[in-house]
Amino acid sequence: MKLRTFRRHLREGVKNIGRNGWMTFASVSAVAVTLFLLGVFLILAMNVNHFMAHVESQVEIKVYLTPDAKPEQVKAVETALRNQSGIKSVVYVSKDQGMEELKKRLGDKAELLEGLEKQNPLQDRFDVKTYDPHQTPQVAEKIRQIPHVDEVQYGKGWVEKFFDFTRMVRNVGLVFIVGLAFTAMFLISNTIKITIFARRREIEIMKLVGATNWFIRWPFFIEGMLLGFLGALLPIAVLWVGYHALLDMVRQDLSLFFLDLLPVTPLMAQVSLLLVVIGMLIGMWGSLISMRRFLKV
Amino acid sequence: MIEMIDVWKTYPNGTHALRGITVRIKKGEFVYVVGPSGAGKSTFIKLMYREERPTKGQIFVNGINLEALRERRIPYLRRNIGVVFQDFKLLPKLTVHENVAFAMEVVEAPSKQIRQRVKEVLELVKLSHKADVYPDELSGGEQQRVAIARALVNRPSVLLADEPTGNLDPETSWGIMHLLEEINNRGTTVVMATHNREIVNTMRKRVIAIENGEIVRDEQRGEYGYET
Repeated sequence: MKLRTFRRHLREGVKNIGRNGWMTFASVSAVAVTLFLLGVFLILAMNVNHFMAHVESQVEIKVYLTPDAKPEQVKAVETALRNQSGIKSVVYVSKDQGMEELKKRLGDKAELLEGLEKQNPLQDRFDVKTYDPHQTPQVAEKIRQIPHVDEVQYGKGWVEKFFDFTRMVRNVGLVFIVGLAFTAMFLISNTIKITIFARRREIEIMKLVGATNWFIRWPFFIEGMLLGFLGALLPIAVLWVGYHALLDMVRQDLSLFFLDLLPVTPLMAQVSLLLVVIGMLIGMWGSLISMRRFLKV
Repeated sequence: MIEMIDVWKTYPNGTHALRGITVRIKKGEFVYVVGPSGAGKSTFIKLMYREERPTKGQIFVNGINLEALRERRIPYLRRNIGVVFQDFKLLPKLTVHENVAFAMEVVEAPSKQIRQRVKEVLELVKLSHKADVYPDELSGGEQQRVAIARALVNRPSVLLADEPTGNLDPETSWGIMHLLEEINNRGTTVVMATHNREIVNTMRKRVIAIENGEIVRDEQRGEYGYET
């Protein structure tokens, strides 16, 4: 396409936005509402995801060694663990360190352990974390096969249920996002349909004098894109301000200290970008689907 | 050159608009298409610029087989065919100059060339002095001349006219006819569907008469042949 032609399409597209003032207003606000809901949901989903990822990363495998393992055998187990794929970190905890940990955890009741220091009943162990927490059961199963490994613990049963839960939450989130996106697309496509209907005479003449379909489509395409873009601006502003306020509130209210929310900067930039892109994409798509019928001349 | 070989057209509602039309129109000819309302004249015209497709049969325009023409090549076919209608089909929000230039913008002609060529065709249809006027400030005859200018601006080899004088009074109609004749004298093939008995009988040209979807008469320097 020639630059001159593109400029013409751009001019026509912008002109249409002004020409159908009220329809533009209606569809931009409809898109804004939809994208606002989508944005709220995205922020919520990303925070929940952040929280879940945090909990997931706490999942570790405790690898207990047989009491008779000699130092070089312990070394061999460590090497075997480090060579295992999917493992992020391996930390050695001797039985003496284990005892210290236990004491610390018991706090005032540490005296219960008195006398046990001489004959430490604990085992040396490795704390292992995986790159993908969802792989924990499989990795644990492989570790069990290593010689001199006595026992492997990772919260079997509980971990699987927790992961099922997080997976479900993520899937429901995805369904919501797709659903909202479709609603916005439908709204934009309806507006474009009205624009096109108002200009069907012009389209008819364009076809008669030999305009290609893409020549006819471009202005509407640009109009849809602009509608989506404009519709994204307002919700972005509102969400930005709103999330700021929410963070301030949480920070000041001590009873909410456990809420570990994502900071504004990367999150809101991501959400804004996503909303703009989604807005423009559904705008373009909406205009394409509403064009189809009118180009069949 | 336009050629139709055993062309049939049946609309989805069951109307048989054309039944077995075979005709040959040479380059540079002037042809009237006459016949009662609903006889198939408009369908005959529409088939030539691929607004409608035949149910059966073959159509060639300038050597292109319209049946084999791919959907996305249709615009390029139409750039070589000018079409004029009874209701002019002008865009009310554009001036005369813009309406004509529109047809050239659509085919992405350079703007300098557009300005020059639009000026030329407006001179041809004698509307240079009304270039900046909007269609609703013009008379019917003037509007039709703008439509003709638009149809000619891309230098098509064929001009199709579907009842171009249908909405005009006799005197204005004659103005349009002299214009079409001049265009024809410059080498453009003209095919015109009409109900105007006086014009057909006075400005003698080839006449193709269609009744019930069939060609019943085809004569050089023919007559209208129907009572109006």
